[in-house]
Amino acid sequence: MVKLKGLKCRECGRKYPSSPAHICEFCFGPLEVDYDYEALRGVITRASIAAGPPSIWRYKDLLPIEGDVAVGHHVGFTPLIRSQNLAEELGVTELYIKNDSVCHPTWSFKDRVVSVAVTKAKEFGFDTVACASTGNLANSVAAHAAEARLKSYIFIPADLEQGKVLGTLVYHPTLVAVEGTYDEVNRLCSEVSDKYRWAFVNINIRPYYAEGSKTYGYEILEQLGWRAPGHIVVPCAGGSLITKIWKAIRECTALGLLERAATKMHAAQALGCGPIVTMVKNDTDVLTPVRPNTIAKSLAIGNPADGYYAYRSVKDSGGYGEHATDEEIVEGMLLLARAEGIFTETAGGVTVAVTKKLIEAGVIPRDESVVICITGNGLKTPDVLLERLETHVKIRPSLSAFDRALAELKSQSTQ
Amino acid sequence: MTRVRVRLTFPPERIQEPVIYHLVKDFDIITNIRRADVKADHGWVILELEGKEDNLDRGIAWLKEKGVKVDPVERDVIVP
Repeated sequence: MVKLKGLKCRECGRKYPSSPAHICEFCFGPLEVDYDYEALRGVITRASIAAGPPSIWRYKDLLPIEGDVAVGHHVGFTPLIRSQNLAEELGVTELYIKNDSVCHPTWSFKDRVVSVAVTKAKEFGFDTVACASTGNLANSVAAHAAEARLKSYIFIPADLEQGKVLGTLVYHPTLVAVEGTYDEVNRLCSEVSDKYRWAFVNINIRPYYAEGSKTYGYEILEQLGWRAPGHIVVPCAGGSLITKIWKAIRECTALGLLERAATKMHAAQALGCGPIVTMVKNDTDVLTPVRPNTIAKSLAIGNPADGYYAYRSVKDSGGYGEHATDEEIVEGMLLLARAEGIFTETAGGVTVAVTKKLIEAGVIPRDESVVICITGNGLKTPDVLLERLETHVKIRPSLSAFDRALAELKSQSTQ
Repeated sequence: MTRVRVRLTFPPERIQEPVIYHLVKDFDIITNIRRADVKADHGWVILELEGKEDNLDRGIAWLKEKGVKVDPVERDVIVP
């Protein structure tokens, strides 16, 4: 089955053969993978998917991979948890948590996009992969490059603390610390990707890389028994994830995998870096870049590549968006941990906080089904909680000391 | 000669100024506009700039001094 037609410009529609390209030569618009949906209709069924492996690769027919899977055989198919406790806390009847904080192998949804990107890079014959990242993406690229036996280059701003990169260095990439402002480092990476014949996963391989995010959406639908939820709340950084979950829903409807879908997509961002939500609230398709100033570092993209398309996904689906303050983000993290035993990073705190706000505002009715997207693990960046958590009891090593402390704790809790 | 593809975002107070004209005239840069959206209160232009590397650097620095945001067409490629 030939399922890939090639690439297509999202702005002017011009078509290109499948290649490591990401920008339309005519209008400089972003390119997107173009599938032959006619060929796929009837071939992909609920049964054919169910017969696949318990990973993102059960949806391989809907991914831009033509050969064998090269890396990340165990990525994805993370738990979709029917929440009782958080649902009660938020006052809704049907709440689900899609938990990519336990995505294999580097504990974030980036493993989905990177395993697709690195597999495609091997298909194209690259021997080097690269990215510019200070967090989850760097972890995942370095790990998958190690598995693929490819060389990897990770670019970071030179002022990034060493502690932040240990989780990347362990996979033995070449780490390039660039001195300069954020804008200068950003521009350099764009120029490097233009000059060197490397697979820069989120630049020249981006059309393929981004398709990996669709699997987050397919899994939600399949794990709900091929039913589309009423609402999905998605944390937004570059804007790609929300765009691709929305695309996954539309694809599954068009292919007959879903009978109907009326899902509203809601964007969640931090107040200190929320240009997409600002577009939604101001009802404008013009994105105004911002300088990030938030503890939600994993969402801190001030000029997101897919901002416009994220805005369109929200508007076309009838959804909305909300900002969360730093205080609300921490409260969201603590609430999810306390209610469900899930320790998410700040991005998850943003999602929980925004979901709470949208429910309280009546944007999400309490009797409709809601999925919240948890995309990363809190154990990578526990420092944001340093000043918020403390040991409850400190005692000498004696039973009587413990008895007294316990009695005191009980009396405090009954007060 | 070096070529770069950039996205310029204009602050409202620069919308009425012939910024791109000065880029051509003062820095000897060839400009080739591919897409744009300019209204009374905002504006962006996606274009290719071609010139000597030094002229491009000086031209881009001048744009930034004027408050024009200069990004690669890919926008933010550093992912946190």
